[in-house]
Amino acid sequence: MSTFYQLEFERPVVEIERQITEAERGEAAPKAAAGVPALGGVADGAGGEASANGSSPPADLVALRARRDEVLRELYRDLSPWDSVRVARHPNRPQTRDYIDRLCRDFCELHGDRRYGDDPAMVTGFGRIGSIKCLIVGHQKGRDTQEKLACHFGCAHPEGYRKALAKMKLAEKYGLPIVTFVDTPGAYPGLGAEQRGQAEAIAVNLREMSTLRTPIVSVVIGEGGSGGALGIAVSNRVAMLRHSWYSVISPEGCAAILWKQANEQTNNAAANALKLTSRDNLELGIIDSIIDEPLGGAHRDPAAAATQLERWVIDELTRLREVNPDVLVEERYARFRRMGSYAEQMADTEPIGSD
Amino acid sequence: MSQAASARKWTVEKSERRNTIPEGLWLRCPSCAQMIYRRQMEANLHCCPECGHHFRIGAVERVRQLLDTGSFSPMFTTLSPRDPLGFADLRAYPDRLAAEQRKTGQQDGVQAGEGFIKGRPAMLCCLDLTFMMGSMGSVVGETVTRSIEHATRLGLPLVVVSCSGGARMQEAGLSLMQMAKTSAALARYDKAGGLFISVLTDPTTGGVTASFAMLGDVIVAEPNALIGFAGPRVIQQTIRQELPEGFQRSEFLLSSGLVDRVVSRKDLRSELARLIDYAGM
Ligand SMILES: [Zn+2]
Repeated sequence: MSTFYQLEFERPVVEIERQITEAERGEAAPKAAAGVPALGGVADGAGGEASANGSSPPADLVALRARRDEVLRELYRDLSPWDSVRVARHPNRPQTRDYIDRLCRDFCELHGDRRYGDDPAMVTGFGRIGSIKCLIVGHQKGRDTQEKLACHFGCAHPEGYRKALAKMKLAEKYGLPIVTFVDTPGAYPGLGAEQRGQAEAIAVNLREMSTLRTPIVSVVIGEGGSGGALGIAVSNRVAMLRHSWYSVISPEGCAAILWKQANEQTNNAAANALKLTSRDNLELGIIDSIIDEPLGGAHRDPAAAATQLERWVIDELTRLREVNPDVLVEERYARFRRMGSYAEQMADTEPIGSD
Repeated sequence: MSQAASARKWTVEKSERRNTIPEGLWLRCPSCAQMIYRRQMEANLHCCPECGHHFRIGAVERVRQLLDTGSFSPMFTTLSPRDPLGFADLRAYPDRLAAEQRKTGQQDGVQAGEGFIKGRPAMLCCLDLTFMMGSMGSVVGETVTRSIEHATRLGLPLVVVSCSGGARMQEAGLSLMQMAKTSAALARYDKAGGLFISVLTDPTTGGVTASFAMLGDVIVAEPNALIGFAGPRVIQQTIRQELPEGFQRSEFLLSSGLVDRVVSRKDLRSELARLIDYAGM
């Protein structure tokens, strides 16, 4: 995976990683055939670091790796919210299709909303996670330039939300649980999107998802931007990967409005104020769990990130599959019904009936 | 340090009251540019007597216009906003709230209660543009939700008049969740056979549009109201081209198939009554 892209705050680790790469190159040559990690292997959590045939790497390499891990641990321990947003947007961060590739056996993609088109920014299809047959729904941002443009960088159109709902109704019909991956800066703001009813499409998803008689679990895997994120996340359980963000608006959008300008400093302030990190969302009761990422973020070890994600999904679905559909709907309603924070003065002494 | 200071200097707060009509006996209509007599405009349901331009109105005035005189029973008035996030931008949220509360005499940006529309009992809920641009925080979301639940319990028709800049950023994720809460409550009202008339007024955008406002069984819009998911400025920045004339206005939504009717303010009351009769509620 390309390492050209660097996060500013990761600068201290870059030089160490370069030295490691160099040392590994010297190390790998004699036993190249044995040491190649299996691509797409879910269970391969070790990520190919341990030597494949028992011989241990030279001491300087071990020391370098230990040093790198130490620096990474330090850097990622108290990541600022704005840096966390940067990790969530890292170009090498695994996306919905990456997780589908790693998690699902026999993925059967389903296309189109039967009304207008097939939005590539929303991926839907049947698949097995572990041994559980389910419907998978997720935003797709796109990896290369062409895919990014086609996906509008993960900003879905109304037809994307309508496709998602149509397939979720199929899942309900066949009693399949629904797994959604949230990864969007927000729903697409454009002429066609408005004309075709972006707001209506999202609103209908919110209403209909609340009634689906099948388990729904969601994971914010990168960006959870506003209504575009919530539009596939009215679920029984919602989790966030540790370095993803979820809020009502992006830091830049918030800074532009409330600070009247978006720059490094105001974006930072807005990211703090919005309480958008996984920890904040857990504290606010907006999500139920945080899924840990491998050291240094999911972009450093997608296989390990997928393994963590898979474990959470399987755990939750295993539990939820035992629950009666009426109870599932009731619990999902209750989950969102209690959201909000307000004061309520108990003694209402206001006269009633006056104009 | 100096960077922070200069940034603050750079961002002198603009007047917040652009949307309210300047005081004075006479004012210039922004649509036809005629000088009009304020009293006459107000007596005309806050519409221009010359061209019919709909001026923006607050929730108290809206309730007065829609319900039979003296029939309004305000509900959920014990709810007041908190600052769950400790939010501060250029100004702390509690200070902002206090200022808005002083300005409007209201706890938050919504009025709800039972009343009669030409003799027909109904549950009415009106967002208030004069309070933080009608933004939806926890109090607005909770009030809308309780209104829906009350209408469901009593089998009342429900009218929600929307005007909002969207979700309230100062409550961030919690305000986002109000979208799901209100929409889920509407699913239950729908299942119970309720009639939900959503009235869209200038402007209705963002999280309010993308939740209960677009979920009406019947959706009516006041003429020339700005209605959309994204604001025009955001769209312009995204697509980098001029927006077509009338884009995101009520009439555009009507021709795009997104609203049922465009209704003038003077006809709104009788339209609501007629719809309630047709639904047999
Ligand atoms: Zn006029």
